[in-house]
Parts: sequence; structure tokens; C-alpha cells
Amino acid sequence: MTEPVLRVEQVESFYGKIQALRGVDIEVAPGQIIAVLGSNGAGKTTTLKTISGLVRAQVGRIHFDGEDITRLPPHEIARKGVVHVPEGRHILKGLSVQENLELGSFTVRDPAVRRERMADVFERFPILSERRHQDGSLLSGGEQQMLALGRALMHGPRVLLLDEPSMGLAPKLVTQTMRIVKQLNEAGTTILLVEQNVRLALKIAHYAYVLENGEIHNQGKASALAEDESIVQAYLGA
Amino acid sequence: MPAFETFLQAIVNGLVLGSFYALIALGYTMIFGVIKLLNFAHGDVYMVGAFVGFGVLSLISGVVGAGWFGLGIAILVSMIAVGCLGVIIQRVAYQPMLSAPRLSILITALAVSLVLQNSALSLTDGKYTAFRTDLGFGGFEFGRLFISHQAVVLVAIAGLLMIALELFVSRTMYGRAMRAVSIDKDMCRLLGINVSRVVAITFLIGSGLAAAAGTMAGAYYGSIWYFMGFLIGLKAFTAAVIGGIGSITGAMLGGLILGLLESFGTLVPFIGSEWKDVFTFSILILVLVFKPTGLLGKSEVERM
Ligand SMILES: Nc1ncnc2c1ncn2[C@@H]1O[C@H](COP(=O)(O)OP(=O)(O)O)[C@@H](O)[C@H]1O
Ligand SMILES: [Mg+2]
Repeated sequence: MTEPVLRVEQVESFYGKIQALRGVDIEVAPGQIIAVLGSNGAGKTTTLKTISGLVRAQVGRIHFDGEDITRLPPHEIARKGVVHVPEGRHILKGLSVQENLELGSFTVRDPAVRRERMADVFERFPILSERRHQDGSLLSGGEQQMLALGRALMHGPRVLLLDEPSMGLAPKLVTQTMRIVKQLNEAGTTILLVEQNVRLALKIAHYAYVLENGEIHNQGKASALAEDESIVQAYLGA
Repeated sequence: MPAFETFLQAIVNGLVLGSFYALIALGYTMIFGVIKLLNFAHGDVYMVGAFVGFGVLSLISGVVGAGWFGLGIAILVSMIAVGCLGVIIQRVAYQPMLSAPRLSILITALAVSLVLQNSALSLTDGKYTAFRTDLGFGGFEFGRLFISHQAVVLVAIAGLLMIALELFVSRTMYGRAMRAVSIDKDMCRLLGINVSRVVAITFLIGSGLAAAAGTMAGAYYGSIWYFMGFLIGLKAFTAAVIGGIGSITGAMLGGLILGLLESFGTLVPFIGSEWKDVFTFSILILVLVFKPTGLLGKSEVERM
């Protein structure tokens, strides 16, 4: 296996005295989609937050591109190209669609690159171009998800951390979102995907981890896990 | 028709006063936006701005005179120096309190207010200081209506500062980041924004605008003293709330409305100028009763 671009080693995270992660190990190989599955409260969101620095790892190490990023503040981790699209999308209310996208490229110095990326995002998601002057928080759920993804793309991510991108979407949009995630990956972006729709996630992922109670309970090639009915049954609709 | 001229005169006076209110209210509202603090020291920052502007003008007036050029330099230097003071206040006094309970930081703001006031008190013995300028007494006359050049230029400077702020906030990356930080700090961090730097820039700009207002008000009214920031601070706060705290356009609007209303308040029979402060705060209460979020505000102001 090629050298992982992102490596989470023996990470333990806490909320006050509550321990949410109990020694999590995850390796993300470049160019892959790695799925993180597990029931509610298993620690999936906390895993992503710990990688992006919103939650501090009390124990363990996180390496990106061979560099230890465990103690870096979130904005510097983002600057390195680890881009976290959080659960619930977090569209900036009161800012237009275009302003939301522009802030996605906050760390990009070159205005030409920013313009080019904006054009790419508008090409990929034409609806965002149509709605560019509207308040981003007034978009529908599916459009907000596109905006959240588009905003992340403005950054030029090396690794995308996606937390439940299909949450709250109609079934048709769920499939569409997964297709977009797959396309982004095929275009070269490495993705760590937290998803509640286990079947769809395993269909597009290369490798998957199953979290349970803050620990890695199971892991394996996505295709192998997908054939394991017990896993699919256990987490279906969870 | 004299009544009509009195009316126009009130508009002019109201615009001047309103410009000062608006410049101070902007800092109130921007600082509230990024760290949800009602910075009760902000009026005193305005006072310090007046003294720094006065000091600079005294130093340079021998060389460049105390006309518009000298005053322009005094405003600029005061804005920069007091802007930096604002950043220092934020770093030293407020930053350590950010994770403490809400009330602690509010009390810290009151403490900062007292420190600034008492520093100025001890330096001036509590006396008024004459703010002498050489701006001339010219003006435009229309019958009995007189609009001084000073009023026109000061309102124009305030207007330019507000346009510059509006452009900063709507057109630049850090300006957008400032609005974003007031909405969702964690999301900003994930976008690569150094939130603490944005907060510092907000204090820099907010305090700088208050310093500009202080220097201009000193020059316009001709005297300054250590307590000058107290009442105007409360009024600028009122203006910010009327406009909708957290809203930049709201602060500008609130400042102008308050200035105009106060100016007109003095025209109403039996109200007279002694009552104008009662008038101002009655308006605040009315707005809070009928539109708690202010004219342009979106989120409810937290009760304290
Ligand atoms: N802000 C928080 N404060 C306290 N406990 C939290 C907080 N966020 C999550 N937790 C707890 O941490 C555990 C893991 O949560 P989370 O990572 O959100 O799980 P998942 O995303 O897999 O549903 C849960 O037990 C949850 O209750
Ligand atoms: Mg979650």
C-alpha cells in the first residue's frame, strides 16, 4: 500500500470528562475514499473534528503528509489542505451564495486561481450560479449541500473530510450526492467520508472503518464489508 | 419662512451629531458581532481618541498649522494609535475572559472604562481642555440658514469613513471574514480563517473609527474632557441597538436617526434641550418594546 496521506494513530478525545474516542487508528491512502461508519454517538463526528483540530486529541498523533498536525490550530490545518465539511453544512447565514464560496478560498492568495475555481464550481453546480446573489441559508437542503461542497472545493482540498453529506436529503438527492462524492474522488481528491447510508457509502468507498463506542470495531475493504450482511444490517438506517 | 429654516438647521445639526454617533455605534456593533461583548469602554476609547487627536494637533500645529491639513493628520494619527490601543485592550483584558461566564467580560469592560476615564482624569485634573483649531468660521448662508464649512467637511469625512468601511466589509476577504466570524466561528476556522486575527482587526477598525469621531467632535465643539465619552457612549450604544446590534448598516442608520431625532427634539415646544437625553432613551425603550431586534437586526439581543 502507498504511504498514507493522513494517519490517525491511537487518538483519544474528550468532551470535558466524557471520553468520545478511545484509541482510534485510521489510515487514508491518497486518491481513495475511506468510509467511517457506525451508529449514532459512535464518535464519527468527533473523529473528523479531531483531525481538523476543532477538538484536541488528548492522546495520540495525527500526521498529514508526514507532518505532525496534532497540535496545530484548525485554521492552519485547513491551510494545509485538510478541508472539513461539517455535519449540518454550516452555510454562513446572511452571506450570499457567492460570498460563501469566496470565503471557501480565504487561504488562496491568487485571485486568478479563485476565479477559476469559482467558474469550476458554477460549472459543476449550475444551480449555485443561478442563486449566487441569494442568502446561502435560504437554499434548499440539497442546494445547501452543493454549496457546502462547492465552498470546500474553492479551497483546493488535498483531503476532504465529509460528515454525513446526505443527511436530511430526499432519497433521490442522496444518490446524487454520493455520485458527486465519487466524481470528486475520480477527479483526484482524497476523501474521508462519514455516512449513515451504509450501502451507498460502501459502494463508492475503497476501504471502510466501523466505529463503535469510540473504538474501531471493524475494518476492511469496502467490497468485503458490503458482502458482510451483518454489518449492513447492523448499521442500516442507523 | 423662519420655521422652515429652523427645520433645515435642525437637520444640519442632527447630521453632524448623527455622524459622530454613527462612527461610535459602528465600533459597538462590530465588536458585539465578533465576540458578543457590549464593550462599555468604547465611549472612553472615543474620549482617548479626542485627547490623542488634540495632542497630535498641538505638537504639529507649529509646523503645519491647526487648519484642515493639521486636523486631517491629527485624525489619522489618532485613528492609528487608538486603533492599536483597542487591539491591546482586546488582547490584555478581553481575550483571557472569552471562555469565562458572560458577566465577567462585561464587568471587565466596565473596568477598562474606569481605567481609561481615570487615566484621563489624573492627567487633566478633571478640567476641560480647549481644543483650538484654525478651521475658519466660513459657511454657506441661505437667508437665515447657516451651514458652516466645518459641519459640511466633518460630515463628509464621516461619510467617507463609512463608505470605506462598507467597501471593506463587502469587498475584501477580511471584511467578509469579519461578518462570517460574527455568525459561526468554528466554521470560519475550518475555512482557514484565523479568527483571533479577525477579532483583532475588528477592534483596530472599531476603535479607530471612535478615535476619528473623538478628534472631530473635539475640533467641532471646541473642548474635551475625561468624561466626554460616557454619555455619547451610551447614546452610540442606543444607536447601535436602534439599528439592530450586529448590523453595520443598522449602526450607521441608527446613529443618523438618533442625531436627527435629538436635534428635532430640541425644537418641540416644552421639550427643550434639557430633555433631549430623556428623549433619546425613551426612543431606545420604545424600539426595544416594539422591535427588540432593532430596525435592521436579525438575531435577538441577549438579555442581561
Ligand atoms: N459537544 C459535546 N459535548 C459533550 N459530549 C459530546 C459532544 N459532542 C459529542 N459528544 C458525545 O461524544 C460521543 C460521540 O459523538 P459523535 O462524535 O458526535 O458521534 P457520531 O458522529 O458518531 O454520531 C457521543 O457519546 C456524544 O454524546
Ligand atoms: Mg455525527
